[in-house]
Amino acid sequence: MTDTPEEQSEDFSEEVEAEVPEPEMFGCPMTESRGQLVLHVARDRYLDVAKQLADEGYAMCVDLTAVDYSEYMDRSLPASVTPERFEVVVNLLDITHTRRIRLRTQVPETDATVPTLFDLHPGTEAMEREVFDMFGISFDGHPDPSRILMPEDWNGYPLRKDFQVGTIPVQFKGAAS
Amino acid sequence: MTMIADEGAQELRPRSELTARELLREVGSVLRLSEADAAKLGDLPEDPDEDQTMVINMGPSHPSTHGVLRLMLELQGETVLRCKPIIGYLHTGMEKTGEQLTFMQGGTNVTRMDYASPLNNELVFSMATEKLLGIDGDIPERAQWMRMLLSELNRMSSHLLFMATNGMDLGAVSMMIYGWREREEVLRFFQKVTGLRMNHNFVRPGGLAADLPPGWRDDVLRILDLLPERLEEYDILMTGQPLWRERLQGVGVITPSEALALGATGPILRSTGVEWDLRRHDPYLRYDEVEFDIIVGSYGDAFDRYAIRLNEIRESMRIVHQILDRMPEGDYRIQDKKVTPPPRARIDESMEALIHHFKIFTEGFKVPEGEVYVAIESPRGEIGCYIASDGSPTPYRMHVRAPSFVNIQCLPHMMRGGLVADAVAVISSVDPVLGEVDR
Repeated sequence: MTDTPEEQSEDFSEEVEAEVPEPEMFGCPMTESRGQLVLHVARDRYLDVAKQLADEGYAMCVDLTAVDYSEYMDRSLPASVTPERFEVVVNLLDITHTRRIRLRTQVPETDATVPTLFDLHPGTEAMEREVFDMFGISFDGHPDPSRILMPEDWNGYPLRKDFQVGTIPVQFKGAAS
Repeated sequence: MTMIADEGAQELRPRSELTARELLREVGSVLRLSEADAAKLGDLPEDPDEDQTMVINMGPSHPSTHGVLRLMLELQGETVLRCKPIIGYLHTGMEKTGEQLTFMQGGTNVTRMDYASPLNNELVFSMATEKLLGIDGDIPERAQWMRMLLSELNRMSSHLLFMATNGMDLGAVSMMIYGWREREEVLRFFQKVTGLRMNHNFVRPGGLAADLPPGWRDDVLRILDLLPERLEEYDILMTGQPLWRERLQGVGVITPSEALALGATGPILRSTGVEWDLRRHDPYLRYDEVEFDIIVGSYGDAFDRYAIRLNEIRESMRIVHQILDRMPEGDYRIQDKKVTPPPRARIDESMEALIHHFKIFTEGFKVPEGEVYVAIESPRGEIGCYIASDGSPTPYRMHVRAPSFVNIQCLPHMMRGGLVADAVAVISSVDPVLGEVDR
């Protein structure tokens, strides 16, 4: 026990000397955001990594959402990650060890498709539908890829940054004009 | 911008339009059932002829759908074969609105999501903002304990509302009046503290909006004295009644593996016997310093969920007693000029204080770049707030992980094979708040 911290610190200093040893997990760059673990997963490894994490104990997918970074295409990401317009953000929870991890996957605007997590975490069904509804990101293999909150015939994706607020005229009936 | 056409209807589609695989997937977690459970599915009239079944709408304005939830039910006789919740009738784009409002104003927006537990919404939003600001460790002790006091009282008022609506849904209509009567006591306290019965915007980044008013301790003690005997009355009126048990026991059963797979949290997950409460397992505020029990069920049915909520009121009262004993003196918000406005008295004497006050309320405060996800235990389960900030005074993206939105996915699994008359009991036991489902 007493030796371990010293060994670790030695290892760490060697790594620093070796330069740019990007911390990683399952071959994906790992960063910390305000003390929270973030794993930057490439789109083609998204399902695979989610499966491996589920085997590691992250058996619960608590949240799945997306961010439209169209105004920040130059945002800071690990060197091996190419920034794209959309990011799908998945928050996983391990209830046996009480730990959380966040997956961030870059999704290009031209091919906004991500494989569905439904087979692994059926609870993502509604969340993926919401992301489709709000951002227009399709989830390949989703059993029910329809809009969930907006009307079926709605045009456009409201949470995209180019969907401006106030574009839909609002009619106030009976109001004095 | 490429437009992708709508890929499917929102409604429950007739069996003839579905392949066998799609039908199975529509049932969702059937994929994860154990073999023993899957064998039981044989009891259900699987794949009946279409002229044997009927698809009916329940809602969106049905009195027991807790707002504007619409369920499409496929029935064979009185048995529910499939069920699909259709939501969005209350969608007002609150996440988009959240991107227009500053971190200072954001509380007014999130507090309207889960209108039965507004203080928990504000709390999670404030905690996420504080984490982004890096001041989450500097919140004064009194603010932490005050937040806990309000959060627990809110849990009580929310569960009392559940007692009222659950009773009403199942025909114990007088229970509705009793539940609301007790909830009103708590809301009256909130009104005294925050000025409003609901939608308080009282918990704010950096602390709270104001200190507790004089005489608050007596008011809380009055509620704590009043409630135990009222809860005893609930036990007499409902818990022990054979009719009540008949309506709830064995209805809407969900297994632990199903609940975990579906992401269900809160009383639904605990009713299956999984001991998981963020207050205990991932303590925030000062929950690690108070004693309380996590109430778990064993059958995962509607009765367990009812009993859990009833006993959680008692546990919350236990926590509130401890908070009363330990409430420290001190400041109710962090004195950080960049985040909280200066004390009112300072504005009269200091030019800088006046400027700070003005700047905070007009421009808001800047939050450093970054993204965080913070989760707390709301009365309905894990409420999470994901904020991505670009360094400006408004969040670049503000997403709320609403427990009701996720929990509502359990409905098809709970209703499967049950009677249409039990559908009301099942919806009621999930206790969804549609303001939060649709956001």
